[in-house]
Amino acid sequence: MEWVLFVSQLLNGLQLGVLLFLLAAGLTLVFGIMDFVNLAHGSLYMMGAYFCVTLNPLLGSFPLAVLVAVVLTFILGIAVELVVSRHLYQRDHLDQVLATFGLILFFNGAVHLIWGPEGNPIALPEYLNGRFILPAGIEIPTFRVAIIATGLAVAAGLIWLVTMTRMGMLIRAGASNRRMAGALGVDIKKLFTLVFALGAAMAGLAGMMITPITEANIGMGDDILIVAFVVIIIGGIGSIRGAFIAALIVGMIDVMGRSYLDGFMKLFLDNQSAETASPALSAMAIYILMAGILYFRPRGLFPPRHR
Amino acid sequence: MNTPVLEVRELSKRFGGINATDRVDLDVHEGEILAVIGPNGAGKTTLIAQLAGMLAPDSGRIRFAGRDITGLPPHARARLGMARSFQITSIFDALSVLDNTLLAVQAHAGHSYRFWRRARRDKKLTEPAMAALQQVGLADKAAANARGLSHGEHRQLEIAMALAGTSKLLLLDEPMAGMGGEESARMVDLLRALKSSKSILLIEHDMDVVFALADRITVMVDGKAIASGAPEEIRADENVRRAYLGVETPGDA
Amino acid sequence: MQLSRPPVRLGVRLLVLLTFAILPGLTAAFDQPFLLDLALRMMILATAAVSLNLILGYGGMISFGHAAYIGIGAYAVGIPAYYGEYSGYVQLPLAIGAGALFALITGFICLRTKGVYFIMITLAFAQMAYFAFVSIEEYGGDDGLVINLRSKFTGVIDMESTHEFYYVVLVFLVGALYLVSRIVNARFGMVIQGAKDNEPRMQSLGFDTFRYRLACYVIAGAMAAAAGWLMGNYNYFFSPEMMSWTHSGELIFMVVLGGAGSLFGPVLGAIVLIILEEVLSGATVYWPLILGAILISVVLFARGGLEGALAMLERRK
Ligand SMILES: Nc1ncnc2c1ncn2[C@@H]1O[C@H](COP(=O)(O)OP(=O)(O)OP(=O)(O)O)[C@@H](O)[C@H]1O
Ligand SMILES: [Mg+2]
Repeated sequence: MEWVLFVSQLLNGLQLGVLLFLLAAGLTLVFGIMDFVNLAHGSLYMMGAYFCVTLNPLLGSFPLAVLVAVVLTFILGIAVELVVSRHLYQRDHLDQVLATFGLILFFNGAVHLIWGPEGNPIALPEYLNGRFILPAGIEIPTFRVAIIATGLAVAAGLIWLVTMTRMGMLIRAGASNRRMAGALGVDIKKLFTLVFALGAAMAGLAGMMITPITEANIGMGDDILIVAFVVIIIGGIGSIRGAFIAALIVGMIDVMGRSYLDGFMKLFLDNQSAETASPALSAMAIYILMAGILYFRPRGLFPPRHR
Repeated sequence: MNTPVLEVRELSKRFGGINATDRVDLDVHEGEILAVIGPNGAGKTTLIAQLAGMLAPDSGRIRFAGRDITGLPPHARARLGMARSFQITSIFDALSVLDNTLLAVQAHAGHSYRFWRRARRDKKLTEPAMAALQQVGLADKAAANARGLSHGEHRQLEIAMALAGTSKLLLLDEPMAGMGGEESARMVDLLRALKSSKSILLIEHDMDVVFALADRITVMVDGKAIASGAPEEIRADENVRRAYLGVETPGDA
Repeated sequence: MQLSRPPVRLGVRLLVLLTFAILPGLTAAFDQPFLLDLALRMMILATAAVSLNLILGYGGMISFGHAAYIGIGAYAVGIPAYYGEYSGYVQLPLAIGAGALFALITGFICLRTKGVYFIMITLAFAQMAYFAFVSIEEYGGDDGLVINLRSKFTGVIDMESTHEFYYVVLVFLVGALYLVSRIVNARFGMVIQGAKDNEPRMQSLGFDTFRYRLACYVIAGAMAAAAGWLMGNYNYFFSPEMMSWTHSGELIFMVVLGGAGSLFGPVLGAIVLIILEEVLSGATVYWPLILGAILISVVLFARGGLEGALAMLERRK
């Protein structure tokens, strides 16, 4: 039985890891290339979820709804880039942080206006709502597998895009040396818009994947955004590979800490104090991990080579 | 001659394929001006950056005031009595000219965990700071914002900041570059007057200035110190003439 | 106007502080206790903003986790009270000490990093504190902690009296302003401002900038925790939600709106932002939408904040 729980927690960790990667990838690219801190990235995650909430009953097919919602988030990303972000690339980080903070308020207000204050569920179709039954009594929700598979597929696609294609080469050139990308004769402005929108679409996708499990809520991206920050800090800002590895580590540690830390702490604390301390400690685990890594490597595990 | 204030042995630093400094040996003695000359890209600034602790050498030792400082961070070296001026002006843009110099004085006036008394009314700071501005001829601009100074004035301020402390050793990286003739002449007089009280390592391209001031000269080419000696020895040195003086600046030598 | 340079800024400062000082009399006369409540909130958040300005405005350290200190200070009221310890002589030093300690430990890590790393890490540590309090059921967890009595200074001040508490808050605000004005003009403050401007140069002059910054970070943390102590007392309640990062963002906005690096700017920023929130939220439930748009426009189009605008007014006339 222990072991059944363990496998299911392992999958939970993996699921959180891939969702974090979807969020963190855009964040780290946008920062690496445009030197732009985007607090509103979590809002794009939220907007993706809400698009899907509306489209799902309208189109009558969850996968189709996801597809269209991803495109819509991509377009929204373009709009945000054109109207706000691009005016901030040359500004200092303080201005960027503030303006994108304003964007969060704006989007939270907008969602309230359009979809109302209550949480909005997404109903899954039958075929995604079942379970795989494995030997030894292990049951895995189908949708969980779908999330992990989608996440890994997008991750693979992104890594292919960044490492194998011409656009990826430009992105990498931009991430390590902005001036060089300019010298290569790229239309930098278009590249920036594209990267921003790509990041937005991935964030939106993450939002859509989580909503059938939780619900879409106002401000749903605010807290997970910080975890995505932890991911890109640990991974090294600008590094896709770093973001992927860090996302999986953070996802695992967070899930495992919550389910196993109190048992572990009971080994050397009395029950009472273990039960008080372990939720707090497991909530802090990923931040402590981050602090530890930064102490030894102030620029993360895979720091970009030039800056 | 007395023991050197600064001893550099076998100092090496590579950037990719370039030997920016290549086993450089040099000494600066008490109260002397050592001029380091060499063509562009010879590694002079890289040398100073390593002496001041902003760049870590790949190998070699640096001794200053009798102790090995090779591994010390910049601020610790400065506290031992080493001041640096930058080839590319590095000042505090947002502060006034006096504040810039005042900070240089303050760096040598004990610790700065003083939270109450107003620094700008502290005569122990303002008087030496004004004196340094006087020396470089910038006293009338004391209240101005540093950002608004002309290029030449920035250079003067850069030197005032090096002078303002109580440092024993000044590392001056092309201090006169970008100054007008009048200021340059004033600076030559100033450095000559300082000689008795401070030791100076001076990087300079203008040979007239070098020969007017230097007690000894070290010539760097491609990261190597190819010759060291008194000015007349350097002037006579065949290698130097060939590698540097004769080729690069036929008019000056 | 006879004066060639009317001291607009000085005038505004005096006017604001004077208004705060006589407000209890006015609200009593006109029977508007609601205004007093509003002023209390303004002054407490202004105190926190003044402390943030010390590191952000003067020191260039963009901390996105300042609300955590407000939480730490407030829990330093709530947790002792939960165990029956109401003495202000215990709670206030505890708040200040805990704020300083948290700043010391996190600052030691944060200040090793630069730029955007610093922003994100301060954010992350604050979030850590937030989740830590959320997960401790003993102290109310998510729901927050009710504080049934304010800190006691028996025989000295009666904090339960609205007016006495009001003046305690005012004294803290004025004290914070005075403290910051001394610090930034003293040698220590010169170092902090120099390090903001050109850190490598400071180091080559002989300053160990890391330590000075850390000291500054700790001072600001302690001051913010004192503001949090006021906040806990003011509300008789503290919810961890109040230390979430959106509140840290509001504090930054106050500082920037008022004018980062100007002594009085954060006070003006706090006043304006709170009025704005009050008016907007009274007018529509969708107020974040409007406030967000205002914030974006302020960043894109207005530089230097309110203090900057006032300074311009002085020069113009
Ligand atoms: N940070 C660096 N990275 C890579 N190469 C560098 C770096 N700094 C200097 N170099 C190279 O090292 C060599 C020495 O440069 P340095 O600036 O020390 O020369 P210099 O003698 O001061 O020249 P100048 O007279 O023009 O000031 C040059 O070839 C330069 O391109
Ligand atoms: Mg040079």
